Order: sequence, then structure tokens, then C-alpha cells
Amino acid sequence: MATSARPRVIMKAYPNWFYLPAAIVFGLFFLIPTVMAFYYSLTRWTLFDATFIGFQNYITFLNDPSLKSGLINTIIYAVMTSGLKVIISLPLAMLLTSNIRFKDFYRSITFFPVLVSTVAVGITFSMLMQPSTGLINNVLGAIGLPQPDWLGNPDLALYSVALVDVWKGLGIATVIFMAGILSIPQEYFEAARLEGGTWVKFRYIIIPLARNATFTVILLSFIGGLRTFDLIWTMTRGGPGFASDVLTSVIYKQYQAGFYGLSTAGNVVLFILVTIIVYPLMSYFNRKELEL
Amino acid sequence: MSIRRTITNLLRDVILLVTFILVFLVPFIFILLNAAKTRQEAALLEFRWPSEFLLWANLREVITYGENRMLLALWNSTLLTVGSVTLIVVLSALVAFVMQRRSDRLASVVGSFMLAGLIIPPAVVPTVFFLQWLNLYKTLTGMIMVDVALNMPFAILIFRAFMNSIPRELDEAAILDGASPLRIFFSVILPLLRPAIVTVVVTSSVNIFNDFVGPLYFLPGEKNVTAPLTLFSFISQFSSQYNLLFADVVVMTIIPLIIFIFFQRQLVSGMMGGAIKG
Repeated sequence: MATSARPRVIMKAYPNWFYLPAAIVFGLFFLIPTVMAFYYSLTRWTLFDATFIGFQNYITFLNDPSLKSGLINTIIYAVMTSGLKVIISLPLAMLLTSNIRFKDFYRSITFFPVLVSTVAVGITFSMLMQPSTGLINNVLGAIGLPQPDWLGNPDLALYSVALVDVWKGLGIATVIFMAGILSIPQEYFEAARLEGGTWVKFRYIIIPLARNATFTVILLSFIGGLRTFDLIWTMTRGGPGFASDVLTSVIYKQYQAGFYGLSTAGNVVLFILVTIIVYPLMSYFNRKELEL
Repeated sequence: MSIRRTITNLLRDVILLVTFILVFLVPFIFILLNAAKTRQEAALLEFRWPSEFLLWANLREVITYGENRMLLALWNSTLLTVGSVTLIVVLSALVAFVMQRRSDRLASVVGSFMLAGLIIPPAVVPTVFFLQWLNLYKTLTGMIMVDVALNMPFAILIFRAFMNSIPRELDEAAILDGASPLRIFFSVILPLLRPAIVTVVVTSSVNIFNDFVGPLYFLPGEKNVTAPLTLFSFISQFSSQYNLLFADVVVMTIIPLIIFIFFQRQLVSGMMGGAIKG
């Protein structure tokens, strides 16, 4: 590193105590509770006293079919939302950085859903998705397509919520891709223009050179998807039955019921799940990272 | 040839415009239309022009509903947002500055804590317990601290990447002029981080203002009500007032919308400059 060769006078301008304020807040309000979670997940906990019961909470968790389906739903939800966000927002970002009419208008309205509270989006879409009176099914009916019960059908509810999640999160993903595309040097695009059309530009310039943006979008939306709660809670409360329960909604239900130890065990399960999926993904992406 | 091309272009523009409006604008028009209806008419949840246009009356009713509960909620949410976003920007920029400039062993340790913060889901019940112990449970201060801790990692990520594009020569010149580290940070670095600050301010203020989960766990209680929670006063199993519900959505979207309109142009550039890295 070039830094070690720099004189000490200069390094003094970057004092390590600058880390301190952030470290205190992060330590107190994030690290300590996180470490505490490992202990309390092994207890029967009332907040006033905790009885050590070993792995009993985890055994309960993995044997209860509704909790187990929450685990599987979480993975389905995260894979589906992050996948769709990449597939839709990359071409969208390309469109919004090209020369089309009404570009500024499109850019703004794509970002609108990001601004609205997730709770409001959830409530609005549960009305738009109502089976007989909802706008979506009225439109589908008018053009002769089937009208599913989006949120009432246990086989469909989770996917319906995931679609709304994609709609809401597309704006952020698109902005990240736009930044990625705009930081590709212009020479590459000129070369592509000589070689051929949009497909060449997409396949041979944007896909490889906006790779870092793709990694960022996948990681952020995957982490977001694994942790999702607001949308599920406002649209289905995990129902019908337990059909759309995810880990965070299970954690909340156990918390409400006063099973603090079990709720915390759910938190640790989520932590382990996120880490074993995201960590390898992250180090893979870091190795493949591109310097422009 | 050129006529044909004009027609295809026109056709493409029309298809794009219709698709964008259908997908992104129709849900908002639905919200606005229903926010302007009477209670009976809104209960039908139709996509139709209101027979009586009552938007202003409904907005006023939402704001004064339940002894100005909405005003209290907007006030609480604003305090929460301003307090946490200010701290997030300053504390994260301090970290990113030293981390990127030193890039030594300690900097990479800090970096791994940042990644941990980005990945690990917050442990809710232990946080409640710990906040109680600190006497910060059910207080705005406690909620602000939790929001700062949870949002800093992403801010540090954005700032650190953006720091790459700020030449070291600038701080070195300031050092030779005898400026103190704090002075260098506040009068040289922070102004140059502006585009990245915009990105952080927009994303984290929208997140915190609209946050539902945080207040649900850490800030319960009627006097602590925040904006998203007011929505639930208008839907219940027995009597829903959808016109007021949607008017409430309109009211609570105004603040994020103003922030967005104000900063829109700079949002993308703050993520550029090599900023797009995992």
C-alpha cells in the first residue's frame, strides 16, 4: 500500500479516534444485543428472568411445521425478489440512460414507490388485489384472463407479496444500475455503436462492465428479502394459515405471544441463514470485482 | 424509410408511456381518487372519479383526527428522521474518511464490522431488553440510536467508495497549511462528499421516516406514534374509513416527496465515482 510510505505528519491528519463516536453507537445498539441474542436464545426468557434450557428453542423451531415453512418461505421470497429486481431493473436502467422521450418523467415515476411507506403500499395493493372488487382482477376480467385470489390462495399469497416488493424496490435497483452504466467510459459505447446495435451494447458492454452494480443490487435486495417484514405483515400477516409466514413474521408472532427466548432463537436462525448465504456470495463477488 | 422509422419510434414511445403509466402511476391515481371520495363511495374501492371532490376536506380531517394525532405523528417522525440522519451522515463520513485514507489493518477490521452490520439482522428482543436497561426504551433518543446503528453501515459503504474520487493532494495541502484533522474533515472533505451525502440523506431519511418495524418494537406507546402507524387508525375489522386512509397516505408521502424533488438530480451521481461496489 502506498500509504505506509507516507510521512507520519500526514497520517496524523487521519486520527483513529474519528472511529470512536460511530463505534460507541454501533457497539451499544447493535453489537451488544447481537451477542446477547446467542445466550438468550438458549433460555426460557421473560425479560425479568431467564432459565437456561439449552437447545430446546431451536428444537421446537425446527420441529414445528409452521416455523419450518417460514424458513423455506424466507428463502423463496429472497431469491424471487432479488432475481426479478435484477432482471427487470437492468434493462430498465439501460432504457432510462438511453435517448428516449419523457426520460425524466420515467425516471421520477420509477422512483415514486420507493418514497411511499411500505405499510401504505401494502394496504393499497391488498385492495387492488382483492379477488372480486380489486382493480387488478377487474382489468384481467375485462380482457378475458383468469382472476386469481392473489392473497387468499395459500399457494399464491407469498408470490403476490413478493411481486409487490419488486414493484416497490425497483426504483433503488434501477438507480444503482444507472449509476453503474453512467460510469462506463463513453469510448466503449462508441465502439459498440460501430459493431452493432442494442444487443451488442447490452451483452458485451453493459453486462460485463456494470458487473459491480449487478453485485450490489443482488446483495442488497437479497439481504433485504431475507429480512422482509412490513409488506408481509400488512398484506397477509403470514396467512392464509401460515402460507406466507417468513422468519421475521414468526419472530414477531413469538414476541407478541411473550415467547422471548423462542423469538430470539428465530432471530439467530435468521442470522445464520443470512450469513451462510450472503457471506460466500459477497466474497465471490469481491474476487470478481472490476476496476474501471 | 424515414417515415417508417418515425412511425416505429412514435409507436415505441406510446407503448412505453402507457406501460410506465399503468405500472407506476395507476396505483397512485387510485390512492388520490379514493382520498377525495366520501366514506360510502370509498368503501367500494373503485377506480372511478369521485362524485363529490372532497380531497381538501379529507386531508383536513386526517390531520385533526383523534386530537391532532397525525400532527403528533408527523412531528415525531420528523424529529426521528432529522436526528438520526444528521448523526448517520457525520459519524459515517468520519469513519469512511479515516478508513479510506489510512487503509491499514485497523481500517480493514472496521470494514469487516461494516459488512457485519450490513448483513446481520438486528436482534430485536435483546435490543428491547438492553434499551430498557439503559432507560431508553420507548424514547425517541433510543429509537434514534438504534436507527443510527442500523443505517451507518450502508452510509459508510457509499462514503468510502466516494472517498476514492477525492484526491489526497487536497488534504495534504490543508495539512501543510496547518489545519487540524477536524478542520480538514469539516471544511475540505465534507463539502466534497456532497453528492454521496445526497444519496445517503435521501435513502436513509425515506427509510427512517417510513419505518414501521423499528417503532413497532422499540417505540410503542400512544405519545410516541409515528407516521406509518397512523394508517392503522382507519382500518379495522368493523368500520373502515378508506377515504381517510388514503388521505393519510397522501399526507405522509408529502415529506419524502419534497426530499426527493429537492435532491433528484444528484441522486445518481452520488452513487457513481466507483461507488458501485459490494
